[in-house]
Amino acid sequence: MASIEATEARRATAFVAPALLWVLAFFILPFAVMIGVSFARLEGRTVVYGLSFDNYLRFFSDPSLFKGLTISLEITAVVTVISVLLAYPLAWIIAMRVPARYQRLALMLAVLPFWTSYVVRSYAWLLVLGQNGVINKALLALGAIAEPLELASTRSATIVGFVHFFVMLLTLTIYSNLIQLSPNYARAAADLGASAFGTFRHVILPLTLPGVVTGAFLTFVLCIGDYITPQILGGNNELTLPQLIMLQLGRRGDFPMASAMSIILMGVVTLAYFASARWLKLDRV
Amino acid sequence: MNRLTTTAIVSLSTLAMMQAANAEEINALVWCDHADPALIEPFTAATGITVNLKEYEGTAAGLAILDQSQPGDWDVLVIDAVDVGRAVDLGLLAELPADKLRNGEFFPEVVMAENNSRDGKTYAVTEKFGYNTIAFNKSKVDPADMEDMATLTSGKYDGRIAIYDYYLPVLGEMSLAAGVNTADMTPDTLAALKEPLFALRKASKSVGDVVASQTALATGEVDILVGGGEWLTAVLHAENPDLDWTIPKQGAVRWAQSLAVLEASEKKEAALQFVDYITSPEGQARLATSSCYWGMPANAKTGDVLTPEQKTVLRWDQQPEYLAKTQLYPVPDAALDQAMQDLWTEMLQN
Repeated sequence: MASIEATEARRATAFVAPALLWVLAFFILPFAVMIGVSFARLEGRTVVYGLSFDNYLRFFSDPSLFKGLTISLEITAVVTVISVLLAYPLAWIIAMRVPARYQRLALMLAVLPFWTSYVVRSYAWLLVLGQNGVINKALLALGAIAEPLELASTRSATIVGFVHFFVMLLTLTIYSNLIQLSPNYARAAADLGASAFGTFRHVILPLTLPGVVTGAFLTFVLCIGDYITPQILGGNNELTLPQLIMLQLGRRGDFPMASAMSIILMGVVTLAYFASARWLKLDRV
Repeated sequence: MNRLTTTAIVSLSTLAMMQAANAEEINALVWCDHADPALIEPFTAATGITVNLKEYEGTAAGLAILDQSQPGDWDVLVIDAVDVGRAVDLGLLAELPADKLRNGEFFPEVVMAENNSRDGKTYAVTEKFGYNTIAFNKSKVDPADMEDMATLTSGKYDGRIAIYDYYLPVLGEMSLAAGVNTADMTPDTLAALKEPLFALRKASKSVGDVVASQTALATGEVDILVGGGEWLTAVLHAENPDLDWTIPKQGAVRWAQSLAVLEASEKKEAALQFVDYITSPEGQARLATSSCYWGMPANAKTGDVLTPEQKTVLRWDQQPEYLAKTQLYPVPDAALDQAMQDLWTEMLQN
């Protein structure tokens, strides 16, 4: 008996070992190295290894650097809220109003922009929002404005670019939740006298909340760590945390500072995860 | 399979194996203009040497890559001419055989022996240069206004200006406008640039890298680019001849890039062949008109290879005047570099 158990344990270990090694080699070790480097210092142009908190102290005391974190959080919060508000009705229409045989086609159309390159998509928005872009030309032609609006190279442009991308992601996660709901829930609520809005508020929404929060969390993680969209659409008029990290790497060659800022960014993402997990009570799932 | 076919297959296989055995590769750490296949392929075709390219931006990033590489990983380095001394100090560069270099064919001002040599030994050779100055759309702004830096913050062009996102040339240009030579910049003189820099930022619509700056100027998003020059407008000339540049009365900053062989290279002969090709008139013409960005070739004999149209775009005939009117990039020590980057980051966040 003991021999069978031992064999089973060895087999289980063998099955899990590749995944563990993968995580160890490509996440734990690089992460440990990054933590180690974050405690080094750049003296002149030389990296001095040691246990220094200078980089962390500098980040929180230098307004130009700390502002990057607040800008990132502000943009991410706005993007997440707008994306959820747009994606939920879209997913609901696809799941509840589009006939089953057309749902796959509707989903494909909804996520069609995923098929283009992220960078190309951002540049395309620049051409839409630009001084001579589609929107300004249309508004000028209609006589709605006398001078072109400042749409590109702004925080709003960055938010538009992000929302365009994340609405697709959220639509998928919310749709996958909605489609699993049995229509009997809504019927039962109606039988018990609930209005359409009451059914949505007290039955549908709570049941689809895991999908919403999962999508919102993914949006948060991807948005707060993104470098390309604010770089292209924001016009460098304000720098997000990832842009500041790139500045440390690409321009200063300050790997310790970049590592410290990356650890701080990971800390923020970890906090967001725990906030979502606690709210969702994932430990009970 | 008949005997003739078998013989042909064996011969071709043997030839392929011999070519593979003779094939040599060098690894080059370069700027994006070297990544143009039109520049590299003729060299490989002529010599059989394959050039593996890695692009980088900014000397600090390049030195960091070298620091993290194994000795011998890299054979050739393209580096900002003003930073050659830093690489020499670090013992990274190999001495080049002066008698085999083409410096005698160069524009005298860009031989830059004070940068490329140390104690009579040559460690790098200038390959390309140009200007960070003011680029503009002459159909949208008065070209006469562009002759004076002060016009940019006068209010006349508010919201129509972009700033090239590279602190060295722009701060150098602003220093010249403040009457301080680029070579004399210090953290103290830098402090005086904060107010005009922030005023310029306030008048500007965006701060962008090469692609963003080019896009902004090409799409009419802005009409003026501070820090721009022929390197930015030349590739757009065919589609928009109104994009132009000038050097204001305060002067402008001259950039130059150098090519060096790394001391740790185990393929110095092949690397030197590459240096000779790049500095030859043919290589220079291709480098000068690279699809990434144009610039003036250091070798004056390139004029025999460039087309008349290319020479017009590069303003070949005006070079003596331009060379006299411009100064090299500032060469900051670590403290000044830190102060310049801090000021630049503060400007970006305000």
